[in-house]
Amino acid sequence: MDLASLVSCFGSPACVITQVTSGLIIGMLLFLVAAGLTLIFGVLKVINFTHGAFYMLGAYFALTIFKLTGSYVITLFGAAFGTALVGLVFERLFISRVYGRNMLMQLLVCYGFILIFDDVVKIVWGAEFRSMGMPTIFQVPPIFIAGGVVPPFYLFLVGVTIVIGVVLWLVIERTRFGKVVRALAYNPTMVSVLGINTGILYGLVFALGGLLAGFAGALAAPVRSLTPGMGFSILIESFIVTVIGGMGSIVGAFVGSLLIGLIRTFGSVGFPLFTDGLMYLFMVVVLISKPTGLFGKEIA
Amino acid sequence: MATHRRSGINRRAVIKGATATAIGVIAAPMTSRAQAKAIKIGMPTILSGRVAQLGTSSRNAVMLEVDKVNAAGGLAGRSIEMVIRDSKGQPQEAARVARELVNSDGCEILIDAEASSGAFAVHEVARDLKMLCLHTNSETSALTADPKQRIPNAFRVCRQGIHDSIVGGAYAAKVANAKKLTKWMTCSPDYAYGRDTTAQFVEYLKHFKPDVEVMSEAWPKLFQPDYTEVLTKILQTKPQALYSCLWGGDLTSFIEQGNIYALFTQIETFAVNMADYTALTVVKNLPKGIHSGNRYIKTFPKTPQNATWADAYRAKYNEYPTNWAWQNATAVNFLAAAAKKANTNDGVKLAEALRGLTIDSPFGSDGKLTVRAEDQTLIGYAIGWGTTIPTEPYVPDVTAGDWKQIIELEAAWKKKNNYL
Repeated sequence: MDLASLVSCFGSPACVITQVTSGLIIGMLLFLVAAGLTLIFGVLKVINFTHGAFYMLGAYFALTIFKLTGSYVITLFGAAFGTALVGLVFERLFISRVYGRNMLMQLLVCYGFILIFDDVVKIVWGAEFRSMGMPTIFQVPPIFIAGGVVPPFYLFLVGVTIVIGVVLWLVIERTRFGKVVRALAYNPTMVSVLGINTGILYGLVFALGGLLAGFAGALAAPVRSLTPGMGFSILIESFIVTVIGGMGSIVGAFVGSLLIGLIRTFGSVGFPLFTDGLMYLFMVVVLISKPTGLFGKEIA
Repeated sequence: MATHRRSGINRRAVIKGATATAIGVIAAPMTSRAQAKAIKIGMPTILSGRVAQLGTSSRNAVMLEVDKVNAAGGLAGRSIEMVIRDSKGQPQEAARVARELVNSDGCEILIDAEASSGAFAVHEVARDLKMLCLHTNSETSALTADPKQRIPNAFRVCRQGIHDSIVGGAYAAKVANAKKLTKWMTCSPDYAYGRDTTAQFVEYLKHFKPDVEVMSEAWPKLFQPDYTEVLTKILQTKPQALYSCLWGGDLTSFIEQGNIYALFTQIETFAVNMADYTALTVVKNLPKGIHSGNRYIKTFPKTPQNATWADAYRAKYNEYPTNWAWQNATAVNFLAAAAKKANTNDGVKLAEALRGLTIDSPFGSDGKLTVRAEDQTLIGYAIGWGTTIPTEPYVPDVTAGDWKQIIELEAAWKKKNNYL
């Protein structure tokens, strides 16, 4: 424990700016993955353990597309839509068969496919770790704001993620499609009685979750090593986020991600050997005080 | 009667003699065939999971050298047949595989190409089965330095932590003196290797430059994907120099993420595991001026033999060799030299021949490698530090470590740890 450093950090604008932006960076990437996870759970009532694998697929798609095109914009969209397509096919062929089934069966199917996706990545891209490299446009020195360090790539990452978050919220809350999806979460039988093909809707929601995870993978690819199984650690953190924010709540996922990001960055200053522990401790505190999570009621 | 008896005895003797001759005639070629039968060498290594690339390079290097040995007549007349199994990087699996290789597959020698955790497990199997065993990848010094661990049939044919720490400390102190670097920070993976290696490096850095102060330490988890919080902590601490023993994908992530904070232009960085092709060829924006210990690079030792070996490996496997590759190649070279010296392929006699054996090698600091008799470990290998450039040869100039100094300080270290 290094409380003196933490207090000193709060007294320094440079430290606060650096740690807050770092918290945003960690949090925003988590948000993209957690938003998809919570959306799928909220509507489909499936805890999608393969979600980390979609993040991994997004990163590997990005690696290949960037190598082929050299354009990071094409890479981002290509990886996101590629992963969405995989998600759609996966949902139609496999996940759709376990809706309403025992949760253990759902877990078994998801776990089996985690192993399969990992092996597919090994076969296609190899078992060794890979690196995509930073797009040329972002190979610039960091920006200094009041002494705090902010890399331009991370500004882009945070900006893009906030835009995606806002668009996602607008789609779910303000469009007819969003209304149908919300209705599907509450009462799928009634939705189908209205003549809406719920099977296609389920597939689209799952694909949307895959799209978000794939986008996150493509955003992470320039700065993280790509390796089979890389989705596992982000999956665990995403679960913590969704538990804190409330399963099924996109706003909860956003707030939960931000809180986890800030806990990690300020925790590394004040509690360098207990940063992970802090995360779990916070989750326990939330669960005790509000078992449905901070925004859990929104999907009740 | 007597005559008859004598006559009967004679007939039996004739029959016995004829039978013995017949068996002898039939058995003779069988015996010579048995002598020519291939000698099986078992090799547990890591062929799946995150370290698979290193295990695969171990296998590749062994096969490259075994082909040469077999072409030259094998081990004292018996060609080598390698039996290579995946331990998945799990110690209990490494021990099981090693035992299976001996008991079920009939292997007569073990090349233990495990990382440290697995190596200690295989070591116990070798102790139990009294099987000649060459450890090729474990860098934990205690494996051979600790007399309690030592057995007559096990040898270390690879680099070790204490040697790296002495050379790293001496090199870093020299740079620190020249650039007046007194404020240091460390950032290493949070497990036994990371903590031990960092402690030893700092110990020898302070030995050579006592005014060094370690301002802070960061211990990211093994296989941590995001280093943002670590990087910002380093930037807040503002050390003049940073030491790290991150490796593989963790090191490349750290470098890529550090690049966007311009970390390496602000802080003199010493990353002991940078100069290995597994990291050098993967990092897309390799910064100039990172100090690194040599793991394996074809430019150190800067000899035609070393470059030729690296090129031959690359031609066969379409990638550069790794640190684990040269070590495993060396194990086969030592076995071949021991068999030639003692004209035998018997494990016990090979072990006797290996003690104190010196061979010519592209990986030796002066073209030679020795298995030191007293602790059955490799010395004289090329060891040094240099700085990176973004393109090949990546680390153009390496300052070689002084083996006289290494051996002196190693002896003092052993004494301090009650190993002597």
